[in-house]
Amino acid sequence: MTTTAVSQHQTKWWSGGKSPFNIEYGKLMMWYFLMSDSFTFGAFLISYGTIRFSQNYWPNPSVVFNAFPGAGHTNLPLAFVSLMTFILIMSSVTMVLAVHEGHLGNRKGVVKWLAWTIVGGFCFLGCQAWEWHHLITGAHPVLVNGQIEEWGQTMRHNPWGASVEGLMHEGHQVTTPGPVAFGGYFYGITGFHGFHVFSGVIINIIMLIMAQTGVFERKGHYLMIEKAGLYWHFVDLVWVFVFLCFYLV
Amino acid sequence: MEHANVSTEVTVHPEHTGGTKRIWKVFWILLIITMIELGLGLSLYALELPEGLRMHLIKGVIIILSLAKAYYIVSVFMHLGDEIRNMIMTIVVPLMLFVWFILAFLGDGNSYKNLRNKYDRYYKEKIQAGGNPKDSVVVKPGGKD
Repeated sequence: MTTTAVSQHQTKWWSGGKSPFNIEYGKLMMWYFLMSDSFTFGAFLISYGTIRFSQNYWPNPSVVFNAFPGAGHTNLPLAFVSLMTFILIMSSVTMVLAVHEGHLGNRKGVVKWLAWTIVGGFCFLGCQAWEWHHLITGAHPVLVNGQIEEWGQTMRHNPWGASVEGLMHEGHQVTTPGPVAFGGYFYGITGFHGFHVFSGVIINIIMLIMAQTGVFERKGHYLMIEKAGLYWHFVDLVWVFVFLCFYLV
Repeated sequence: MEHANVSTEVTVHPEHTGGTKRIWKVFWILLIITMIELGLGLSLYALELPEGLRMHLIKGVIIILSLAKAYYIVSVFMHLGDEIRNMIMTIVVPLMLFVWFILAFLGDGNSYKNLRNKYDRYYKEKIQAGGNPKDSVVVKPGGKD
C-alpha cells in the first residue's frame, strides 16, 4: 500500500462513508472489552493500595517471596517471580510474532509461534501453582497470645508481621501476625490474573486448531489471531502492574 | 507486502515496516527495564532503607519504569501506536480516570490510617508493633474472622 502516508492526512474521518476509527468491528470491541477489564483490575489493585495505605505495617515483598523450586530454604528474594515475568514477556513476544506471520498470511509461522505462546502460558500457570502451594503450605513460627504457632500464608493468616526481637524457633525468626488483608488481596488478584492467563491459553489453543485446520486461509485473513493477541498482551500488561504492586514496591 | 487483512471498515492500512526487528527491540527494552526494576526492588531490601524520601524516590522510579513498560506493550505489541489518532484517543482518554481514581483512594486509605492512629489508641499499640488485631481490615467491636 503506497497510498498510506498520503491518505492519512487527507482522509476526513468524520464526514461519513467510512469507519472513523479505521478499525475492524471485532477488534474495536476487543479494545473496549480490554478497557473495561483494565478498570476491573485497576479497581482491585487500587482497593489493595487503599487497605495497604491504611495500615501502619505491611510485609516486605522481598521477605515474603524469597523461595525458588528446588532451592530449599535459600534466601532468593524475587528470583522466582522474575522468572515468571520473563516467561510472560517471552510469550508476549511469541504472540506478537504469530500476529506478524498472520499479517503475512503465513499459516506455518502462525501455528509455530502460537504453539510457543501456549507453552509459555502453561509454564506461567505452573509457576503460579507452585508459588501458591509454597505460600499456603509453608510453616513460619508466629507468636500468638504468648504461644508459638506455625502458620502458612492463607486467607486468614499472615505470618509476615514484624520480627520478635531475639526470639527464634528451630532456627527461624519468630514474628507477630501480619495484616490479614494481605492474603485475600494477593490470592484474589493473582488468581484473577491467573484465570485470565488460563482463558488466554484456551483461546490460543482454539486459534491454533483453527489455524492448523486452515479456517483462516479459507476466510482469507488472520484477524482472529490479532484479537486473541490483543487479549494475550493485555494479560502481560496486567502482570506488569501486579508485579509492581505486590512484588516490587 | 501483500496484506492478508481484508475488512470493509479499514480504509487505511498501516504499514508494518521493519518486520520482526522492532518486536525484538521492544523485547530487549522490556527485559532491561524489568532488570532495572528488580535491581531497584532488591536494593530497597538490601539497603534496609527507612521509610522516607529516599525510599519513596526509588519506589517512584520503579512506578515510572512500569508505566514505560506498559507504554511499549500497548503501543508496539498491541499495535495501538499504528492506529489512527481517533482510535488511540478513544482508548487512552477514558483511562485518564485512573489518575483521580488512584489519588483519591490512596489518600483515603492514608487518612483512615491517620484517623485511627490519632483516635484509636488500642489499634495503634497493636499495629505499630507489627501486630494485627483480627479486625484490621474492617474495624468493628468484637470483629471475628
